[in-house]
Amino acid sequence: MSIVGVKKLSIEEIRDMVGSYFFILPAVFIFSVFYIYPFFEIFNLSLHDWNGISLTRQFIGLDNFAEIMQDKVWWMSMWHAAYITLIALTFQNALAFALALACDRDIRMRRFYRVVFYLPPVLSEVVVGLIWQWILNSGMQNGEPVGLLNYFLTKAHLNHLVRDWLADPQTALTCIAVVHSWKGFGWGFIILLAGLQTIDRQLYEAARVDGAGSLSVLKNVTIPMMIPVFVVVMVLTILGSMQVFVLVLSMVGQGLVYHTEVPVTRIIASMTGTSRFGYACAQGIIFGGILLVSSFALNKFSKKLKQG
Amino acid sequence: MKKTFLFAALLFCLTGCFSSAKQSNTITIWHWITDRQDAFVRLAEQYEQQTGVKVKFELYAPSDIYSRKIMAAVQSSVLPDIFGVLGEKKKFASFIEGGFVADLTEEFRQNDAAWEKSLFEKALNVNRFEEGNIYQVKPGIYGVPIDVTNIQMLYNQDLLVKAGIKTPPTNFDEFLSAIAALNRIGVDGLVSGWGEIWMIECFASNYAFNIMGEEKVMATYRGEVPYTDEDWIKVFTLFKTLRDKKTLALGIVAKGNKYAEQDFALERAAFAFNGSWCVNVYDKMNPGLKYGAMLPPRVNLERPMQVWGGAGTSFVVNGMSENKTMAIDFLKWLTAKEQQVFLARETKNLPSNREALADIPTVLSQFASAMDLTTHPSIWKYNESPLVIEAFCKGIQAIVIGEAMPERVAADVQRIKERELQREQR
Repeated sequence: MSIVGVKKLSIEEIRDMVGSYFFILPAVFIFSVFYIYPFFEIFNLSLHDWNGISLTRQFIGLDNFAEIMQDKVWWMSMWHAAYITLIALTFQNALAFALALACDRDIRMRRFYRVVFYLPPVLSEVVVGLIWQWILNSGMQNGEPVGLLNYFLTKAHLNHLVRDWLADPQTALTCIAVVHSWKGFGWGFIILLAGLQTIDRQLYEAARVDGAGSLSVLKNVTIPMMIPVFVVVMVLTILGSMQVFVLVLSMVGQGLVYHTEVPVTRIIASMTGTSRFGYACAQGIIFGGILLVSSFALNKFSKKLKQG
Repeated sequence: MKKTFLFAALLFCLTGCFSSAKQSNTITIWHWITDRQDAFVRLAEQYEQQTGVKVKFELYAPSDIYSRKIMAAVQSSVLPDIFGVLGEKKKFASFIEGGFVADLTEEFRQNDAAWEKSLFEKALNVNRFEEGNIYQVKPGIYGVPIDVTNIQMLYNQDLLVKAGIKTPPTNFDEFLSAIAALNRIGVDGLVSGWGEIWMIECFASNYAFNIMGEEKVMATYRGEVPYTDEDWIKVFTLFKTLRDKKTLALGIVAKGNKYAEQDFALERAAFAFNGSWCVNVYDKMNPGLKYGAMLPPRVNLERPMQVWGGAGTSFVVNGMSENKTMAIDFLKWLTAKEQQVFLARETKNLPSNREALADIPTVLSQFASAMDLTTHPSIWKYNESPLVIEAFCKGIQAIVIGEAMPERVAADVQRIKERELQREQR
């Protein structure tokens, strides 16, 4: 009995197919060992109560997930990451785009600027955190502020603005977000600059011939052509900013109450602070899920934007 | 040729994956103590010359990174021959339960317990599990203290004189008055690394012991006394007083201890709350600093002030190591008088060997004199749940920045305590 629609493969074709599978086998093996297995193992751990050392794990079903739903600190940390992301999406990317536009033009020393703008991203986050901690230091010595920012504010007779930047709940998270944006704008700058350089120069010339001014060219030529690049930059910004934590640790240590907690610092706290590996894995799964959904949503949105 | 090379590379990688704890003439030690690395390396060279056994000290700092490395090594069974377990005793017990830590009791008992007797009892107790311990660990000694430490208050002698203070304060009221005098000459009062929550826990626990005594603190941990009890409110209120009287250095709740040490060493604050390891740190930052150590000023004058202390650094031997005997021999050598004198001299830390105490700096001897008043969570019969500790310390941070009142923090901590008690019952 033959199955309708199924073509019988010749020995030659089977050999060809087996050969192809053989070639992708190493990649599949590596992917399975380092991505698929850890994912299932993390999911498995998230269903257990385990301290990370003990030989026994207690199965607790979805209790960890239920607890996360009521964990106010966890959701607060999620909001903090969203706040940092929002500042990165606006301030950081606007800065990156403005600088990319400037460097796309025939300005003097543009190569030098490219190097300078790309410096912050290549610096270690720990080093950046420590430098900014010094800049934002609120200490005093012999009546003079120790931190650079407070020092300049004092010298500029703006004493009312002098404050305890990293120990004030109203400014600590914003300081972290600004430093994160300062450190991260170089990535966006490079990608956006590369995108700008792919735009056909004839489009600009045609627009100019039609009498379009600089703003009109930007609005009607540059921005529409850059939408796919914007989406890439936005997705990378969201993924990078939501997962920020090294900067947080190096700037405020274990945090100012819960005001500077972000999801990754909470996951670390669950693992090494309170030794709840199962709970940390459940947090990781929920966090990964949220990032995945937001990336898909952004992708869908960009497709709609392109169609519009 | 290419195939042979590839095969050799693969073999190298695979053996690398499973290379820990195998038998060789090399002992590998993982530690986190940056300021002792040079001295350790020099001792290792000396040991190799004497015995032919190579000792590799591998430094992974700071301590939280080290802890994560140890946890990862446990999962993948690549622990070194000797390492340290940082954190609460429950975690230490889990390492023992998993077979990752060797029982050293018999080694300590040999030769009429000569090794045991040579070391400070308080330091050994941190590594000891008593009969009937709540973790159900077989009674015995599971670690070797390399040095001893305790955490006290430091005062800057010059700044105190400048503010007209003749002697360091002995009680809390005197302490507040001293800081008011210091503030008048533009000097900050107390600095400490309260961005690291364990330091807040340590400071608060000293005062909890002083205000209500050890038994009541333990009863709270057992769930028999609520955190809303008036004595606990007194503990929380202490932090409000410190804030209201402008006693604390600016930004104290976001400061890592390294920065707090810098502030004290550079004379930005007159008092510091820090451990005996600071002697080495301050010496490197400002060799001319004139300071002394004192117990935190008491609130309740009828009870002594107990401070955290005992073993500073303890090493354990990997229970699965093939080099167990060699590792134990090395630790015996490392804690012998000559090596301890060398370590105390080079690193300005208190030695764990009693006989090595002579010839230490004055400040260190002030620390040493308080060893009888030390206590530590590792030797308590009960330990508080880490989640409660986190809420407790974060609550204190909230009081210090003026965001919460003591009563509210007490209620919040109690709510988490009750949730943890329910979880334990389940």
